Amino acid sequence: MSKPVVATASLAGCFGCHMSLLDIDDRILKLIELVEFNKSPIDDIKTFTKQCDIGLIEGGCCNSENVENLRDFRKNCKILISVGECAIMGGLPAMRNGISVKECLEEAYLNCPTVDDNIIPCDDELPMILDRVYPCHEIVKIDYYLPGCPPRADLIWEALVALLEGRELDLPYEVVKFD
Amino acid sequence: MGNLGTVVSQVVEKYNKDKTRLMDIVTDVQSELGYVSDEAVVQLAKALGVSKVDIDGVVTFYHFFSKTPVGKYSVYLNNSAVANIKGRSAVAKAFEEAAGCSFGRTTEDGVMGLFDTSCIGMNDQEPAAIINGVIFTDLTPEKAKELVADMKAGKEVSELVKNFGDGNNQSELIKSMVNNNIQKKGPVLFAPFETGSALKAAVAKTPDDVIEEVKLSNLRGRGGAGFPTGMKWDFCRQAEGAKHYVVCNADEGEPGTFKDRVVLTEIPEMLFEGMAVAGYAVGAEEGILYLRAEYLYLRKFLEKVLEDLRSKNVLGKNAGGKDGFNFDIRIQMGAGAYICGEESALIESAEGKRGEPRNRPPFPVQNGYLGYPTTVNNVETFCCVSRIMLEGGEWFKKMGTAQSSGTKLLSVSGDCKKPGIYEVEFGTTIQTLLEMVEGRTAKAVQVGGPSGTCVGKKDYGKRICYDDLGTGGSMIIVGPDRDLLEVVHNFMEFFVEESCGWCVPCRAGNQLLLDKLEKVMAGKATKQDLKELEEWSNIIKATSRCGLGQTSPNPIVTTLKNFPEMYQAKIQKDVDYVSEFDLKAAVQESCKAAGRIPNIKEH
Amino acid sequence: MSEINITIDGKKIKAKAGQIIVEAARENGVYIPTLCDYEGIKPAGTCRICTVKIGGRNMAACTTPVAEGMMIENDVPELNDFRKAIVEMLFVEGNHMCPVCEKSGNCELQALAYKYTMLAPRFPYLWPQRTVDASFPKILIDRNRCIQCLRCVRGVTTTDGKHIFGLVNRGGKAIISIDPELAKEMTEEMAEKAMELCPVGAILKKEVGYAVPIGMRKYDGKPIGSEYEK
Repeated sequence: MSKPVVATASLAGCFGCHMSLLDIDDRILKLIELVEFNKSPIDDIKTFTKQCDIGLIEGGCCNSENVENLRDFRKNCKILISVGECAIMGGLPAMRNGISVKECLEEAYLNCPTVDDNIIPCDDELPMILDRVYPCHEIVKIDYYLPGCPPRADLIWEALVALLEGRELDLPYEVVKFD
Repeated sequence: MGNLGTVVSQVVEKYNKDKTRLMDIVTDVQSELGYVSDEAVVQLAKALGVSKVDIDGVVTFYHFFSKTPVGKYSVYLNNSAVANIKGRSAVAKAFEEAAGCSFGRTTEDGVMGLFDTSCIGMNDQEPAAIINGVIFTDLTPEKAKELVADMKAGKEVSELVKNFGDGNNQSELIKSMVNNNIQKKGPVLFAPFETGSALKAAVAKTPDDVIEEVKLSNLRGRGGAGFPTGMKWDFCRQAEGAKHYVVCNADEGEPGTFKDRVVLTEIPEMLFEGMAVAGYAVGAEEGILYLRAEYLYLRKFLEKVLEDLRSKNVLGKNAGGKDGFNFDIRIQMGAGAYICGEESALIESAEGKRGEPRNRPPFPVQNGYLGYPTTVNNVETFCCVSRIMLEGGEWFKKMGTAQSSGTKLLSVSGDCKKPGIYEVEFGTTIQTLLEMVEGRTAKAVQVGGPSGTCVGKKDYGKRICYDDLGTGGSMIIVGPDRDLLEVVHNFMEFFVEESCGWCVPCRAGNQLLLDKLEKVMAGKATKQDLKELEEWSNIIKATSRCGLGQTSPNPIVTTLKNFPEMYQAKIQKDVDYVSEFDLKAAVQESCKAAGRIPNIKEH
Repeated sequence: MSEINITIDGKKIKAKAGQIIVEAARENGVYIPTLCDYEGIKPAGTCRICTVKIGGRNMAACTTPVAEGMMIENDVPELNDFRKAIVEMLFVEGNHMCPVCEKSGNCELQALAYKYTMLAPRFPYLWPQRTVDASFPKILIDRNRCIQCLRCVRGVTTTDGKHIFGLVNRGGKAIISIDPELAKEMTEEMAEKAMELCPVGAILKKEVGYAVPIGMRKYDGKPIGSEYEK
């Protein structure tokens, strides 16, 4: 029987959640035995090559590329999981949500004392910035949420194994934290 | 307009630096200065010896107080569901075009301000607006344009009223275009009444016997909750206190109700006498009529009625000719807050505070106005008491049903030929009412206003009474061609606007319900969303602190139950998720700022 | 003082006359969760987390006094779901960025979310526009995190009894306002108390923060309320 396939992505995130995934220590060897990775920064596969069972999403959506990427994941993954505060509620990037995107761009590219180009980037190749940062579940259906900044390695491990074994999540008090 | 410092100190002196009169103080400052500026707030705080945040809290709580200029003429256009049915949006547009400013704003020259406002008690003659306290009814876009032109020309607002309504609306002290629209008179409220007779009958008995008579009548509170009046008075009388108070709740804010407006206009003597009877029964010497700000136009008239009652010895020393029974009434104006219809919030407001309901126990009958035992009763309830004193509890009990004795004033509005006031016996069916008001084709009837129940055809055999369909009197008829979801939406917007903000489920929950309803209306909902509407409603109803949050989900709950097909038609079948996200809209602002054309790849 | 017999989830408890349910419960080893309640200040009943069922009616246990023979339901699935829902409402109503908040680990709202294993709120985020005001000498207020429990309003006053904090506006627009003149007079102790009273990270004392390392904070290891449970 073929192994379940896992894909991962970091959208508007800091890769901290991916670091936490690696933080499962020697269990990573067991994980490799349990699953096969597809599109993911972990194995550097850039595009989906097959239908996946589980997609792990780090980060929310702050630009059009994030949105396309997320929709691509939804299409190619049976189960999609928001991993970490940014995926769940926008996280730190969403601190800009109370400020208009125009003001943000002007501050970053025009008014900031360290800029001298004084131009807001407008190349067609660049992703387009969204009016605010969106949690993943506002854009596609999300099946599970694993909170934390980053989520504890034990939480990610427990959630993956429970899913693979088809059992209920067992979440001890210590593993569910928002920071 | 006077100098700020002088105005503040004069007004504060006028009320003897009594901070429990803050409602009156702020009202006076605003009427002198046009608004209550931050500087005025600071000065008021100093003069009253309180914190600035205490004054700010009150000024910002009430709809008709403002910290910014509201214009020489401030137009408050009702935005109730029935106003919308009757063509409000065209009127609003006409106001905006003629004035040159949008709602929620003041014209640049400061001449005019346009504002939305919750139901002003004119549902039988909508669209209606209040301009500087003067009521304008049956508005049309043409009339709106004329009004704006006259305001621009600097005319007095009172001069803009061309025709007066019926009955006392023509009185020198009212001179209003409001019509009473009394469609059906009944034996309790609208039978002939001789001033002084009810109190005379009451003081011939002992206070305990008066309470017994009220108990015998089975009279229940007419505001909607239906608490037995005799029992309330008994609790109040029994409660220990150096003083007792009688308060009349004339803050009818439930959208669609306007019966108290008509009572106050046509039979205020009967009401005030009922309050005097209550005063005699519970042992109070002071009564307060808490009058909603929307009915400011009746104040002068009511003050004169009180004067007359004093001269007839219905009020004052040895009132009703009873040695040792002294009773008088003062009018306390509200300032625009639906929540003040809740009795403990009303008391807080009358004490000069934010109109936030109190935690109970203790109840107002134990710990009410200024901490004294207080009975708060509805306008109509007091009138019933007057009649009961004359005709007896037995007579009263013969009318109505076992649990709901007597008659009820109904305020009927919406899609019917004969909107107005109906005094009917409890137990009347919805069907009978619809025939009376000529609204037979109704697809829905909102019984008891937004906080009540929305019923459809299959329930028109139900009876209007506490044991079947309870109501404070608001009956909104929704015709066959109306979009009922629009009505539900209007009601939910109302609750979001009027939630006091004290408790979490009402403050946040109603907003969440409104957003979810909008998702349904936009065709972006699934079966799961309907389930959540129901579940969330249940949470809000179960955990909210007062009647507002405990009933605010009712428009959704009762239409989900009685009109499920309406919701089913709006949802997307066979999908388990619909996103409200719109990529094109989301990138617009940033692309504009960067000067680039969005290049969205469609999936 | 006369003794009153009540029952909480079947457990017989002796309470003092006039005592509030929450307090009676805690003295007897039963934790009824609270958020807006704070020992020693007048209860307000703003958060409704302590909702219990008495004779089929939902009541706030922080404002309701005990009465003889009261049968109270507390730790039951329906009520615990209400409580979780209220916590979730608070999370979506404000902008709660736990990862950057000084109060994280010591925050009562967060602790309740942990207690009820909130993975993500069931409600959509409302993204309100809220302000931060650091213009006062001793304290700052970040309204993104404020849950309007009114503890600061009730618990922090000047020596002559004036409110330093107050609620302004109404409904969803209601916010905590601070009297700037009175705030200038706040002592070190008052600032300390204001921060201590604030269950979340909305009121902070200036020039201190992140004093306790992760892992040693109040709610890192043990659920809120576990100290009361017997």
